[in-house]
Amino acid sequence: MQFFYSGITSGSIYALVAIGFNIIYNTTGIINFAQGEFVMLGGMFIYSMLYMMNIPFVLAFPVALFGAFVLGVIFERVFIRYVKVKSELNLITITIAGSIILRGLAMVIWGRDTLLVESFVPSKAINVYKGTITTDSLVVIGISLVISFLLTFFFKKTKYGKAFRACYEDKIAASVCGINVKAVVMFSFGIAAFLGAIAGVVVSPITYVTYSDGIMTGLKGFSAAVMGGLGSFWGGIFGGILLGVSESFFASVFPSGYKDAMAFLIILFILFFRPQGLFGRKKATRV
Amino acid sequence: MRKLNLSFIIFNLITLFFISRYIENEYYLSLIIYIIFNAINASCFNILLGYAGIISLGQAAFFGLGAYTSGILSATYGINPYATIIIGIIITAIVAFIIGYPSLKLHGHYLAMATLGFGMIVYICFNEMDFITAGPSGLTGIPNISFFGIEIGSEYKFFIFLSVFYMIFITLMEFFDKSFISYKLRFIHESENASSSYGINVAKVKLTTFVVIACVTSINGSLFAFYSNFISPVSFSFKYSIELVVMAVFGGLGSITGGSIGAAILTFIPEVFAEIEDYEMVIYGGILAITILFFDGGIAKQFKRLVEKYVKIK
Repeated sequence: MQFFYSGITSGSIYALVAIGFNIIYNTTGIINFAQGEFVMLGGMFIYSMLYMMNIPFVLAFPVALFGAFVLGVIFERVFIRYVKVKSELNLITITIAGSIILRGLAMVIWGRDTLLVESFVPSKAINVYKGTITTDSLVVIGISLVISFLLTFFFKKTKYGKAFRACYEDKIAASVCGINVKAVVMFSFGIAAFLGAIAGVVVSPITYVTYSDGIMTGLKGFSAAVMGGLGSFWGGIFGGILLGVSESFFASVFPSGYKDAMAFLIILFILFFRPQGLFGRKKATRV
Repeated sequence: MRKLNLSFIIFNLITLFFISRYIENEYYLSLIIYIIFNAINASCFNILLGYAGIISLGQAAFFGLGAYTSGILSATYGINPYATIIIGIIITAIVAFIIGYPSLKLHGHYLAMATLGFGMIVYICFNEMDFITAGPSGLTGIPNISFFGIEIGSEYKFFIFLSVFYMIFITLMEFFDKSFISYKLRFIHESENASSSYGINVAKVKLTTFVVIACVTSINGSLFAFYSNFISPVSFSFKYSIELVVMAVFGGLGSITGGSIGAAILTFIPEVFAEIEDYEMVIYGGILAITILFFDGGIAKQFKRLVEKYVKIK
């Protein structure tokens, strides 16, 4: 049972990252390969604020998130907007370029070492059915549930959320209806970075922060997103948790070194047999 | 059929000839050997992305498969190097077929992620299967390759050997560029539906290209193993795949010259400015971004544009 709980914890993180992918995908149809980097940067921001500038957590948390939001907006302004030929391949490569730059800068600024972040809540192990779960994990799980609920509400019910979805359906039609498409795309990157930073902050006491974390987190988040069907928030959450649980189950059976390979095996199988995801509608065309 | 770009082949030949005559410093020779390895890999990637529109982020895995097959078979089991190269090709072809058959039906970011995932799995396997690959610390004791009885041990001899391989490769690439197949691939890149309505078996052509390119990369990997006599998983990580992407995009997608130019410049720069080592990734990313943002088509295309502007072709 223990692997189930640890799986849910890591799964919630993947879910948050997956939602970040979904937001950008839902408004622009782009897969942002730099999503994992935002997660890493969130952790880095909170680390530097807590331990380098000694800002209390209550203040540091919103500042870190806001910093990530600004960074996401800048990311879109610099990289995405000025791509001349907006083919899918170009957009993929440009986000890869962005992710390398962010990772490289993080390495230069924060160094190659793993940075320790202490728990934000009093750390305690709680006994649950046939296992234990730490308060850190509970925070992670709780936050990801709240976020996904809020986002689904935002996208489905509010006026602005509908504007975001309209942009994905048809950019020209949306702009005819008076939606500022450029602003929407910009904000979707901002929000995605914001979410990534939340994930980065809440996970930092559990996994600590290293500059190279971004690749793995990003890839697993993408696996989760694809598993649940790209574009669906609840699908992303479910995919994330399923991925987390199966990964920790796998790690309890096979040598733990292969744990990361599991995530990619899953993504390969999903892509080969159900590219629209477990619950998604059919979107990816197959020849 | 267009004329062969003979000037590029001749330029390569002359450059390699002059290098072989005048450069004796082992360090520079090894740098040039690395450039050639990268040039071949980047050109292979260029064919996939630039011609066929297949974004394969797992090229380093094929490179590694070749290197590890040759390395393990020759170092641990003492099999003839040439036989190991062929075994490497066979293994890579099988793997590429298994991966390519389902994944080439995907497009864009799905394909990118699938190949990336494959690359990661292979990388993890290199690291973890230490009973045959010797794990993260690397595989040592790979023998030198010999050519008609001459053992190719020194940098200089290997340089000559590799440049012959490179010239053959470049000439074949040039023939490919002007062949019917390359037009087929470009057509598929433009529109899969249109090309299939013209009677092109899209899935088959793409799969064949993918497998053949993987095999060439694998040969290159085997040669790399015999050159360095030591291989470790780091050489075949995700980072290397990305470097290949940068080289191909920077050099110019969809042109044979692109891969070589990009590889030459991008392998050279970090070596010359060794003090900026920490910024290497940032520079790579920056170059990639700038190329896509401002110079669509990379250096090769810009160069061509300049030439067309100032040189009147009869």
